[in-house]
Amino acid sequence: MRARRFLPGGWLSAYAFLYIVFLYLPVIFLPIFSINTAATPKFPLTGFTLQWYEDLPRTPALLDAAWNSLIVGVSAAILSTVLGILAARSITRYRYPGRRAINGLIMAPLVLPEVIVAISMLLVMLQLGLSLSLFTVVLGHVLVCIPYSMTVLTSGFEGFDRSLEEASADLGESAFGTFRRVTLPMVAPAIISSLLVCFTISLDEFIIAFFLTGTEATLPIYIWGQLRFASKLPGVLALGTLLLVASFLLMTIAEILRRRAARRTQNEGGLYA
Amino acid sequence: MPEQPRIERPHADRIQSERPMIEIRNVTRSYGAFKALDDASLTIREGEFFSLLGPSGCGKTTLLRMIAGFDNPTSGSIAVGGQSMEGIPANRRPTNMVFQSYAIFPHLNVEQNVAYGLKRLKLQGGEEKRRVEEALGQVSLTGLGKRLATELSGGQRQRVALGRALVMRPKVLLLDEPLSALDKKLREQMQVELRRLQQAVGITFVLVTHDQYEALAMSDRIAVMFGGKIAQVASPKEIYQRPVNRQVADFLGGMNFVKAEIVEENGASLIVDTLGFGRIKTDKPKAFVRNGGAATLGIRPERLRVLWDNATAKFEVAGKVVERHYFGEITHLIVEIPGLEKPLSVTETNDFGADDIPVGTPIRLAYDPEALVAMAD
Repeated sequence: MRARRFLPGGWLSAYAFLYIVFLYLPVIFLPIFSINTAATPKFPLTGFTLQWYEDLPRTPALLDAAWNSLIVGVSAAILSTVLGILAARSITRYRYPGRRAINGLIMAPLVLPEVIVAISMLLVMLQLGLSLSLFTVVLGHVLVCIPYSMTVLTSGFEGFDRSLEEASADLGESAFGTFRRVTLPMVAPAIISSLLVCFTISLDEFIIAFFLTGTEATLPIYIWGQLRFASKLPGVLALGTLLLVASFLLMTIAEILRRRAARRTQNEGGLYA
Repeated sequence: MPEQPRIERPHADRIQSERPMIEIRNVTRSYGAFKALDDASLTIREGEFFSLLGPSGCGKTTLLRMIAGFDNPTSGSIAVGGQSMEGIPANRRPTNMVFQSYAIFPHLNVEQNVAYGLKRLKLQGGEEKRRVEEALGQVSLTGLGKRLATELSGGQRQRVALGRALVMRPKVLLLDEPLSALDKKLREQMQVELRRLQQAVGITFVLVTHDQYEALAMSDRIAVMFGGKIAQVASPKEIYQRPVNRQVADFLGGMNFVKAEIVEENGASLIVDTLGFGRIKTDKPKAFVRNGGAATLGIRPERLRVLWDNATAKFEVAGKVVERHYFGEITHLIVEIPGLEKPLSVTETNDFGADDIPVGTPIRLAYDPEALVAMAD
């Protein structure tokens, strides 16, 4: 790459640094102000406290919202992963007309404006006569989670050497036994990774939950509600920090598992003639 | 005076059972209009090292996969050990396979890979451990049982695949191009080892390969296949020396083809007129089918020998060297013979200086008329 030489190294580094700062500075403010004694987020910092964190478990509405988020997150994760497994297996294993188109349609929610998706889903749910509840939120979250689930699972399933399943059958194992002893252990990391990714996305998702929920709030909706009260802001910052850390950890574990799954299914054998 | 060691001539063929192990009867496998296998019939004997040899797409792998139970014939029948395989799935067949990709379970270690098929048998009192150890010993992997598949070299993975199949004590071991992923040196070493192993365990081996040297080196018998059809089934020597047609001859190394006119045909021999070699009496192959008055003769490049200086031979042809190619232990000469439409290729060892013959030199070649084989076009 000779062209790269013409770009002065110093300028490129400066640009990259500014870019990262722009991306992450706001995120860094969140934990910083969450341990500040002042109720308003501004510099200079007044003192260190963990009080805002200690207050969190003493807020019943927050605990309700956390519980709701957990229910929605777990349900959405399981549902989207199950559907994702079926879709990913079909996309990676079989060749049929319309395969690419179907893949594209499944991935589409990634780029659709979320507000539009949320409004459309709301209309459909109401038309179907469903009353808004956590259940409708789960349905909405499944829609936005499946593209992520698919991405993770496809990378885990792709390159799964079919002769592994044949070898198992050849060694006397039944179809179910083969699934249990070969297929499942090999794709398990990808499945767990997909569950974690979907759970995280559902946990952080606001717009769809906002439109589709009834009276029950999820954590992002609770936070949105709290923003009206200036005095509640430090608590929101503390909660936001916890969500941030949780999401970061879950995504990291998910990515590690996804890579392990992809490595595992790669065929380490020989060449195909 | 010390006693001279006596060299015994080895038997051309190992004495082995004539009992059939695999019987393939009129097997056809069609994919729509395309026939991957076209009315193939074949009997593989018990304890035999049998190779299916042919270029890619000739149907050899299809046939192997049908014996294993991964594919089914469109028509025809396959029997293993006298039992029809119709409707019997792969997991209940008395065959085991070594896959081209080896298909080692990456989430299991070497020992667990080898024990994979035994787990279902629920063997008592350490029998499973004993058999795994035995199999690891057979494939020279003793002590590597705890290694993960990812920590193994290509050659070792291949041994795991072999051990994992052998430990099941199958009636037939199927090998799908098992050596194609190895480098040349390792491949040659594994050829010898595989052959040795087969003779030690006495299991029927069926090898699929596109490498003619591999098939020649390892097999008791070879089936040469082209376009879904079996062209010839015979011992390596027979296949190499008496190919039934030009295609088989060409596939198994170099061959000079010479057009001839049939002068006389009787029970076991042919008398033909050729332009370059004159009138020749040669054996008539069993499968020879006369097609008008013309015939094709073939002679392997190494069966033509350079006559040096004033040496003479009973049968010789004269010509001129037009090309010379050096290959280390041998030299390849292209020799133009008056009257022959194509120049002959001749391989000569370099002991006498064939690598120094200048292009353009007039040369005489000795041959044995027996080495000129009549074959179908």
